[in-house]
Amino acid sequence: MLIFERSRSGRRATAQAPLRVADVSALPERFRRGTRAPLPELSELDVVRHYTRLSQKNFSIDTQFYPLGSCTMKYNPRACNSLAMLPGFLNRHPHAPETHSQGFLACMYELQEMLRDVTGMKGGVSLTPMAGAQGEFAGVAMIRAYHDARKDTARTEILVPDAAHGTNPATATMCGYTVKEIPTDDSGDVDMEALKAALGPHTAGIMLTNPSTLGVFERRIKEIADLVHQAGGLLYYDGANLNAILGKVRPGDMGFDVIHMNLHKTFSTPHGGGGPGAGAVGVSERLRPFMPIPVVAKEGERYRFMTEKDLPQSIGRLSAFAGNAGVLLRAYVYMRMLGRAGMPRVAEFSTLNANYVMARLKEKGFELAFPGRRATHEFIVTLKRLAKETEVTAMDVAKRLLDFNYHAPTTYFPLLVPECLLIEPTETESKETLDGFVEAMAEILEEARTSPDKVKGAPYTQPNRRFDEVRAARELDVAWHPGAALDEAAEQGRAD
Amino acid sequence: MSNTPADLRYTKSHEWVRSESDGTVTVGISDHAQELLGDLVFVETPEVGSSQDAGAACAVVESVKAASDVYAPVAGEVVAVNEQLADSPELVNSDPYGEGWLFRLKPADAGAAGGLMDADAYQAMVDAEG
Repeated sequence: MLIFERSRSGRRATAQAPLRVADVSALPERFRRGTRAPLPELSELDVVRHYTRLSQKNFSIDTQFYPLGSCTMKYNPRACNSLAMLPGFLNRHPHAPETHSQGFLACMYELQEMLRDVTGMKGGVSLTPMAGAQGEFAGVAMIRAYHDARKDTARTEILVPDAAHGTNPATATMCGYTVKEIPTDDSGDVDMEALKAALGPHTAGIMLTNPSTLGVFERRIKEIADLVHQAGGLLYYDGANLNAILGKVRPGDMGFDVIHMNLHKTFSTPHGGGGPGAGAVGVSERLRPFMPIPVVAKEGERYRFMTEKDLPQSIGRLSAFAGNAGVLLRAYVYMRMLGRAGMPRVAEFSTLNANYVMARLKEKGFELAFPGRRATHEFIVTLKRLAKETEVTAMDVAKRLLDFNYHAPTTYFPLLVPECLLIEPTETESKETLDGFVEAMAEILEEARTSPDKVKGAPYTQPNRRFDEVRAARELDVAWHPGAALDEAAEQGRAD
Repeated sequence: MSNTPADLRYTKSHEWVRSESDGTVTVGISDHAQELLGDLVFVETPEVGSSQDAGAACAVVESVKAASDVYAPVAGEVVAVNEQLADSPELVNSDPYGEGWLFRLKPADAGAAGGLMDADAYQAMVDAEG
């Protein structure tokens, strides 16, 4: 039920009421509304109960195991929140002079340096992109700026393996490139022959996720980097799966020229509900002149923002100030808490947990998409055979998991694997939680064989049953239309 | 079991091609492909008058599970698209070889469609995929 539908004319809550009514008499008549806005009218307790009840319907990492993993959002340690909300940070005005913002700038500088160090991107890091998508855009825009600066304008193509994130071809297209898809071989690596055939004088670069979305590490990455560089192209690293290699292997050492990092994925900043995000970009030496501004510089003991004057070839500004400061601060605190020794532990425990769940699910009879490969921080189960035998699909299993109080893993991605579940437990889960999830999966598999209709009808225990996703997509309607009660309220307002 | 009409030609990427009497070819996606995708929610057709290379991505079919490119099976000019799909993408599911056709091409090379797989070869490929 929407809060509007709980509205009763005349009910009031004073807690949030403004102390005085704003004087709008200076506004020209034509800009003033003639009727009251149709806002819901409720008592304070009605409002408290309404939102508390809504929050209890959340299925979230704070309440349940969430095998979407860092692909969506890791657990956000509470300390990051409380430290990022110190009054000195919260009350700093973005227009405050640099001399008054040295503490904040020092944090941002250190964050840049830590990210540069852990990714091996020697040219530096810019924190300004406001989301992963903007980070990707900035990355490819820099590749473009690099070729343009060299007057190398024949390079019109970006290569994208079919195991890449769906955002990669979209980004390349946004930057004016034509996308050439490179197939994957049977073991989940880039098809080298196809890559060689696709490379040429039109190649601007390649966008790779390593480990790939197939949950495996691209083993011939060095060879790929050499081939692309020999052809005159640059390598873009999609940081989506950085969690698996954090502090272990550095994209800069693999030969990448530019990387975007989803701080909300790997570095534990909030993300649910669409943001705010932070898509910091790191670059090799040759892309440094093109970094988006501002970037924090340290001169002696002072910190300052570098601008167009320092980086005249910059692709420019991507946000009004310097990125999502609050999110960046959370990432900073997270990294400082982990320290240098803690970084590789993220990779170790996230891959250990994934490999443990993978081995146990295999024992229970689940079919792995790449049985010969070690998992990275995530792995893929395919229910192709189960779907054929029992008509129980990956979506049905995902829905049934909700009844066992587990959030569903990613379903039907990557597109290359039919009826797949992409499972990523992350490093923060205990063995008991992982075991519980495995037992639930085993029980669902058993149900699929003995009583498939039960699985196909799930979920049974959630506030809502199965949605008509097809109708929702075909007839998207997310606006609430004021009913008669509010029309009446508006009438009333007009009469006042 | 999906339906694979014997009078059509097929591609590896699951398009079907029908040679019309006026020399054009009609293109759609196979019954097997629509089954894999599930209920379609959106279809983007190419522009009439545009010319397509063989193998060029020229249409998009989107279901609740996935979005997938549809490739031009042969090179040619787009002479017609199925306008009905804008409002009724479900036609591709209910009638993939009839009302669910996607677009019509005037092939650059009249015999090009003959080089595509016949129904037996396509069915064998689908079966091999398991």
